[in-house]
Amino acid sequence: MITLQQVTLHAGTFSLREIDLHVAAGSHTVLMGRTGAGKTSLLEAVCGLRRISSGRIRIGDRDVTEESPAARGVGLVPQDGALFQHLTVREHLAFALVVRRWEQSRAEARVVELAGWLGLTGILDRRPAGLSGGEAQRVALGRALASHPKVLCLDEPLSALDDETRTEVCDVLAEIRRRTGITILHITHNRNEAERLGDRILLLRNGRIENDAPSA
Amino acid sequence: MEGAGVQSLSMASDPQSDGAPILTAAQQRRSDRVFLLCLAILGGTYVLLLLATVLADVFYTTPGHLWRALQSPEIRHAIRLSLLSCSLTTLLSLWVAVPIGYLMTRIRFRGQSVVDAVLDIPIVLPPLVIGLSLLILFQTAPLRALERVFPVTYAVPSIILAQFMVACAFAVRTMRATFEQISPRCEQVALTLGCTRSQAFWMVVLPSARKGLLTAATLAWARALGEFGPILVFSGATRMKTEVLPTTVYLELSIGNLEGAVAVSLLMVAAAVVVLVLIRTWGVEQPLNRSL
Repeated sequence: MITLQQVTLHAGTFSLREIDLHVAAGSHTVLMGRTGAGKTSLLEAVCGLRRISSGRIRIGDRDVTEESPAARGVGLVPQDGALFQHLTVREHLAFALVVRRWEQSRAEARVVELAGWLGLTGILDRRPAGLSGGEAQRVALGRALASHPKVLCLDEPLSALDDETRTEVCDVLAEIRRRTGITILHITHNRNEAERLGDRILLLRNGRIENDAPSA
Repeated sequence: MEGAGVQSLSMASDPQSDGAPILTAAQQRRSDRVFLLCLAILGGTYVLLLLATVLADVFYTTPGHLWRALQSPEIRHAIRLSLLSCSLTTLLSLWVAVPIGYLMTRIRFRGQSVVDAVLDIPIVLPPLVIGLSLLILFQTAPLRALERVFPVTYAVPSIILAQFMVACAFAVRTMRATFEQISPRCEQVALTLGCTRSQAFWMVVLPSARKGLLTAATLAWARALGEFGPILVFSGATRMKTEVLPTTVYLELSIGNLEGAVAVSLLMVAAAVVVLVLIRTWGVEQPLNRSL
């Protein structure tokens, strides 16, 4: 569950004021809106990557407003995947586990498990330069999910993909939700994608969040 | 506007009109060739001049000259001191350039443009002035006190400091260009994965900056090797003590040993060629180009 209470934030020339948002536990909520409407800034605020001027942010039953991104238990998948060019797929999947000092055998088992259901087993030793767009996004998803975060934040993760790969990654996202029951906050411009994956669609318009976005 | 464009086009294509007649295909090709030839002559002159200077050195010297230069204890000392001081300067430059480059690209603070300008001082100041400024600085009371314990002026540390002043500025520019090319998104993802800012830097940013680091190191080393003006003023030119390779060229010239000076110059040319090849091999031309 994600709750934003009266959140105000400033990003460059625009501001979002007194935003209220409630994302139910286990739901896939899609946030739509025009470019520059502040969707990514809001997502960054949830992840702890952007300071808010006022208001409170809660994840689950915890107030995380003052917590660091590391402590919030949020997985982030940006538009371009933002893979680490010097690491292999295996190292990406293990990254959060190494940082969080998981026991090696437990971390290895988690990497094998993730690679299995994300279809990455055969490419564990490849680096990002050798991955297709779909593979790269699956690696980014696996990296974000490895340490069992409570919330997954997706920032237009399918926008750079062709139609076929987009369908493939959509299936992966649906599978992730089915397997983990994770709460997903998903930003997209694509109405079809939103209707296919989201069980709630919100629109960020004129600095306000509205329910049930009309067709774009 | 569109109408005017159509009109001028039709006038140009009509040989009876008053507009300038359009060229035939052959005339067009000839005009293009003349244009490109002019550019090639202008640019080529400079390239030829560069090659000619190197070739003049090569043809002036003989293996005997080189051998005699390498046998000279003074020149061997200068080679050793140059290699040592340039390597230490490179390490110091990276040690400083990495944090400056990172901070200047990732943090916005008041007075940043002033700091930015200060960082370029060693690049725009005449080399002799840098040496003189260092000399004056070490005449101040605190640094004179330091020199009683740890001699710097006219000693080996002064060579490293003089080289560092200039080489570091180039390393800083290269590292800034490198960090600018690394998306902050990767760092942000690392933070959500559990990293502190420091862990994200060591585990994600610095490995991604590997090529830039190598370029900065190579560039700093090459700049340090060629440094002469600040060293002459701040370190002096004492044989077997503060003599580095550029000092050798100066001293050999001053005693009329042109062959020895050219032989030592060729050693430095060879080092410069190795540096250029290494930079091209690592394929990080953009940071280098931007830093130059």
